[in-house]
Amino acid sequence: MDDALSDLYQSIILSHNRRPRNEREMEPCSGKAEGYNPMCGDKVTVFVNEVGGRLDDVSFVGEGCAISRASASIMTERLKGLGEEEARARIAEVYALLTSEEEPEPDLERQGELAALIGVRRFPARIKCATLAWHALEDALDGKASG
Amino acid sequence: MPAPLDLTAVRRDFPILSREVNGKPLAYLDNAATTQKPASVIDAVSDFYREENANVHRGVHYLSMVATDLYDHARARVAKAIRAGDGGQAIFVRGTTEAINLVAATFGRAAVGQGDAVLITAMEHHANLVPWQRLCAERGAELLVAPVTDGGDLRMAEFERLVADPRVKIAAFAEVSNALGTRNDVVALCRAARAHGVATVVDGAQGVAHGIADVAAAGCDFYAFSGHKVFAPDGIGVLWGRRELLAAMEPYQVGGGIIERVTFTETRYQPPPVRFEAGTPNISGAIGLAAAFDYLDGIGWEAIRAHESALAEQAAAQIGAIPGARVIGQPAHRCGVVSFVLDGVHPHDIGTVLDSEGIAIRAGNHCAQPLLERLGVGSTARASFAFYNSFEEVERLTAAVRKAAAFFG
Repeated sequence: MDDALSDLYQSIILSHNRRPRNEREMEPCSGKAEGYNPMCGDKVTVFVNEVGGRLDDVSFVGEGCAISRASASIMTERLKGLGEEEARARIAEVYALLTSEEEPEPDLERQGELAALIGVRRFPARIKCATLAWHALEDALDGKASG
Repeated sequence: MPAPLDLTAVRRDFPILSREVNGKPLAYLDNAATTQKPASVIDAVSDFYREENANVHRGVHYLSMVATDLYDHARARVAKAIRAGDGGQAIFVRGTTEAINLVAATFGRAAVGQGDAVLITAMEHHANLVPWQRLCAERGAELLVAPVTDGGDLRMAEFERLVADPRVKIAAFAEVSNALGTRNDVVALCRAARAHGVATVVDGAQGVAHGIADVAAAGCDFYAFSGHKVFAPDGIGVLWGRRELLAAMEPYQVGGGIIERVTFTETRYQPPPVRFEAGTPNISGAIGLAAAFDYLDGIGWEAIRAHESALAEQAAAQIGAIPGARVIGQPAHRCGVVSFVLDGVHPHDIGTVLDSEGIAIRAGNHCAQPLLERLGVGSTARASFAFYNSFEEVERLTAAVRKAAAFFG
């Protein structure tokens, strides 16, 4: 396997794809939103339950490629328990990690498995797969149902 | 038996085929999306701009006459390529999508009224579905859908039953399914429609490149295709229509170039085909399209069909034999396309693994979402072949699919 390909599908991504965390519907929840990528047909629904300004629970269901499922899975793990402001900052960090012009230096200690997503940068066709769940989460926090 | 293709020579005709992608020789297996262009087509377009460029049907000067001659020649050339005879005319449009929209917006609006129906099939590309869906919604008509079998073949008896419904005014169907490669019997479909006075629109987007278009034999009323899928430039396509139907149709777009007489109170339009080509047309595209058909005739259609068919059959057999892989669609007549899924591996990921091997395929719903839903898959990986592909490329494809299965397994 070439280096770029193994960077893209490093073990963190493969592991989350095989056994996604928090892949379940959530009822009741304080917000949910759908993300859809018409190019490849990937779809995800993200659920969030905010209690006292904190993300008490985050989950997702959907169909998609390894990148989109792993990204959603990592997202639910990393954002659970954060305050809303902190969660929004983390979302912005992920967008920057994937789409900023200059490749950022991932902060492994703070970002943990999120840093694994940086491998997607070299595959421009796949960036939308990685951001899909994050956009849906943002919509769920905004309280708008998106399609 | 036709003389076999000289594949080495054919591949040399297509400059892009000698390039590398991701450090590997390009294996271009996305021909149902768009085809590569031979040097003769690229040269025809570039020579036109270098030597002959002028607007058509407008000037008295030398170059305008040359450009007009080339454009008119191209029109005759494409009609010959789809064996249209002289019962109709070829209109240059941007592609299949625009052709079908043109028919729906002009002929369709006049033919379909409140309480009528339009019949399509379950295997249509969105381009041959959405324009009819919209027309039906606008007219208060119903869109009927002829079903397909689990193997992806049209249920002919169901089509015949539906087309006999007196509400049906138009039947629109693909010559070849872009998602599965199913080849429909357009002769039989048109015959069934004609028996009930139903107008026929054939989406030939996936048919023309395989040399199966035969408008006269089909006896269809409209036939649509895109240049870029037949080794010609993008932005050029053809709507062929039966003469008497075209003559009764309103223009699709209006403006310059299609006018007999204009006053501030009224306008008289020119007869077809010019009536449907408002504005400056895609002149270089039409010339490139004619050059593509000249090139293909030179290769020989029988040899092209035999080679492509062998490639697709071999790919379907080899991929179908990979553990965990399943070929979607087992049509009675396969035309150039093999759609497949792999257990536990999303088509998008298959596409990325194949890309790292220099192999270009398509992953997704292929603009045929209702069909894939009917067959119980959200998306597929699709390899689609042209006559310049080789058996070695089929082997590379199979090996790369095995690699994807192992990697994600």
